[in-house]
Amino acid sequence: MQATHRLDTVFAALADPTRRAILTRLASGEASVTELAEPFAMSQPAISKHLKVLERAGLVSRGRDAQRRPRRLEPKRLREATRWLERYRRLWEGNYRRLDALLHELKTKPQAPGDHR
Amino acid sequence: MKNAAALKLTTPGERELVTTRSFDAPRQLVFDAHTKPELVRRWLLGPPGWSMPVCEIDLRVGGKYRYVWQHDRDGTKMGMGGVYREVVAPERIVNTEKFDEAWYPGEALGTLVLVERDGQTTLTYTMRYESRAARDAVIKSNMESGLAASYDRLAELLASTPVGRRS
Repeated sequence: MQATHRLDTVFAALADPTRRAILTRLASGEASVTELAEPFAMSQPAISKHLKVLERAGLVSRGRDAQRRPRRLEPKRLREATRWLERYRRLWEGNYRRLDALLHELKTKPQAPGDHR
Repeated sequence: MKNAAALKLTTPGERELVTTRSFDAPRQLVFDAHTKPELVRRWLLGPPGWSMPVCEIDLRVGGKYRYVWQHDRDGTKMGMGGVYREVVAPERIVNTEKFDEAWYPGEALGTLVLVERDGQTTLTYTMRYESRAARDAVIKSNMESGLAASYDRLAELLASTPVGRRS
């Protein structure tokens, strides 16, 4: 249940386009809040607010440098979330392949006695 | 397997996730495969190693359904269920959906639509979530976080799977 809740926080964090852009930026290396704010038409406090959401979800952490306090990507948590999505697709592809086989069987099998359709 | 049969995920509305897939069978058979428990439990199984010991379907408006899957080796169970809101055989079913241990908040609403053309049936399954954030994340992070590799693997998998394999 706890793992499920955590995934929820991650998905909620990923649902915002600015936060996804921040993650994309951090994927190419750590950056300070000032550096992160540059490409966006946003104030530093607004960016900080987004960063807080990402930090709470475990997607972003703070680096060691006490002055710049660079943020960096935590790929492990992101992988957990994308793994779920991958599972979702795989699960349904697997289900539908089985359904293909079943339908093929139903099409070729003569109707059982008593099946009035 | 033909590419035409590949599963497609789209998002026409802000809280919706739509799965489309075509099947080489008349609509009545696809409908039966979704509504007769003895058929449903043969394909709606998820990853390998799971079976469906509980599959109860009361197919009428206001009727309930209940699915429970169980892992063959470790006995782990996963259940879900809901209520039918619309039943129009053999073309349309609307039902609520809630997992026992839901990863998204609230209930989702599922709409199954079957359209037949030249003996082929196109299935469209629309999930409508109570939480927009959950739905958004499902699709957008999928597209934007570099899952190309997994799509490629999926394509390989599809290409290598013989059609008409029987369980």
